[in-house]
Amino acid sequence: MYFQPDIETMPAEQLRQLQLERMQWSVQHAYDNVEFYRSSFKEAGVEPGDLKSLDDLASFPFVVKQDMRDAYPFGLFAVPQKDVARIHASSGTTGQATVVGHTASDLKNWGDCFARGIYMVGGSAESTIQVSYGYGLFTGGLGAHAGGEAVGCSVIPTSSGNTKRQIQMMKDLGTDILACTPSYALLIADTAIEMGFDPAKDFKVSGVILGAEPASESMRQDIREKLGVQYCDVYGLSEVMGPGVAMECAAANGLHVAEDQFFAEIVDPDTLKPLPDGEWGELVFTTLTRECCPLVRYRTRDVTRIIAEECSCGRTHRKIDRIVGRTDDMLIIRGVNVFPSQIEQVIVGFPEIAAQYQIILTNKGPLDRVELQVETVPDYPFDEIRKLEELKARLAGELKSNLQIAVDIKIVEPKTIERSEGKAKRIVDLREGTQA
Amino acid sequence: MISQLTVFLENEKGRLASACRAIADSGINMSALFLADTADFGVARIFCDTPEAAVEALRDAGYRATLTPVLGVRVPNRPGGLADLLEFFNEHDVNIEYGYCFSVNQEYAIDVLKVSDHSIEDALEDAGFTPVAPEEIYHVD
Repeated sequence: MYFQPDIETMPAEQLRQLQLERMQWSVQHAYDNVEFYRSSFKEAGVEPGDLKSLDDLASFPFVVKQDMRDAYPFGLFAVPQKDVARIHASSGTTGQATVVGHTASDLKNWGDCFARGIYMVGGSAESTIQVSYGYGLFTGGLGAHAGGEAVGCSVIPTSSGNTKRQIQMMKDLGTDILACTPSYALLIADTAIEMGFDPAKDFKVSGVILGAEPASESMRQDIREKLGVQYCDVYGLSEVMGPGVAMECAAANGLHVAEDQFFAEIVDPDTLKPLPDGEWGELVFTTLTRECCPLVRYRTRDVTRIIAEECSCGRTHRKIDRIVGRTDDMLIIRGVNVFPSQIEQVIVGFPEIAAQYQIILTNKGPLDRVELQVETVPDYPFDEIRKLEELKARLAGELKSNLQIAVDIKIVEPKTIERSEGKAKRIVDLREGTQA
Repeated sequence: MISQLTVFLENEKGRLASACRAIADSGINMSALFLADTADFGVARIFCDTPEAAVEALRDAGYRATLTPVLGVRVPNRPGGLADLLEFFNEHDVNIEYGYCFSVNQEYAIDVLKVSDHSIEDALEDAGFTPVAPEEIYHVD
């Protein structure tokens, strides 16, 4: 079942043609109305008219987050204020906040994009969707809300918080679809279980649409089992739109990008050259229909790959794989790109190992040395040295096969790995010549 | 079976000393300590007055500490005391993970063994050996 069958299953060739037409409009629109693009295009020696094919986009310059900060507040708006229907803003915890505006048409397209995901988890106008994302400047709440309204669902705007009441409503109002962050979905599931419910059996909920933060596969599986639901991973970022830029269908093998609305590229984070489908690199978006804040080649810093293979769900829009990390976090070890999240992924597969870990990078001569410091869980029977050695060997073997690099495992005392209130320091790079 | 205190130690200067200090500060006396070491960590196996309290004290001090059930056997302090015991295990197909012995006095020694099959303790007694009860070694707390 599709929300917009004509668009979602459009033959690839027709879709590329649509993308090119819309891209030509969008790039021209940006150029005509935003000073930033006029000067950045000029600097790169390109003009909107140079865009004759989708491949030509590669000669256009990028937009980065800092450009948006510099343009604060309205520098990247391409429409007069009377046409701005809503303004969202990023939190600005890591610097100057960025604001993004939407016209009424932008908001409608946004609702449609998210609505496709509601159909992906089996929803329809018959469904009740509970939106437990925060409402406000954050795009999660209102984005999911717009999706629910576009489909014609009954929308319950609970927002986040007051978990027990959430659960009561979920049960009493017969929520079919829950939209929130993965960590909040897990908290809801665990709290419901604590309250004596078995949400998988007692609740009607059959689908979840979760995003805005990373979730490991084991966490996803945990949520699926505890709530008894189909899991739809939703990707989005406020700079580009909000949740709904890409959504995961029932095939659970990647997220369909709304390709009628966005053009996705993967570029090599070092050379910034586009990479062929299937290769991992930085995700770059060009908006195709946005009126208020058109973006030409926005570097997301998110690392993924494009899955171009036909999908069993019948949708023709290409998919992106799960986000494996951020280019800011990427480590280059012996020439191999490694993300801390990949290491974490391996560690969660070992119940004997505690979640805290630290990676120490050193280099003796030309070769990098990677040491992974881990702790055993408190009740691990470490008395038998043979078992500890065997555990180390198994972990090293698993890392080797996942990351293609040899890692020395060091089991350490619990006090060794620094605990921190906020973000833990996972990487200690002591390599010469690599410190920024 | 008796409870042995096991402490995980990084191969780092002063870690054993500070573990012993943590035990001492809780007023716990040790009667035996054995170290096993590998390239990057060591494991200290300890007999002390109150193993449960020692585990608490060490955990509070940030150590990984645990109690491990081991078999203690009192053997006569003469040539062949240990050999007789090991032959008995061999005959009963019981594997030994690790072991150590300490002489208590002129009369007897205690052999401590981590065995694969805990149920061997009863058979030992039937065969005339003398397994050590917890209260002979430490205060049961």
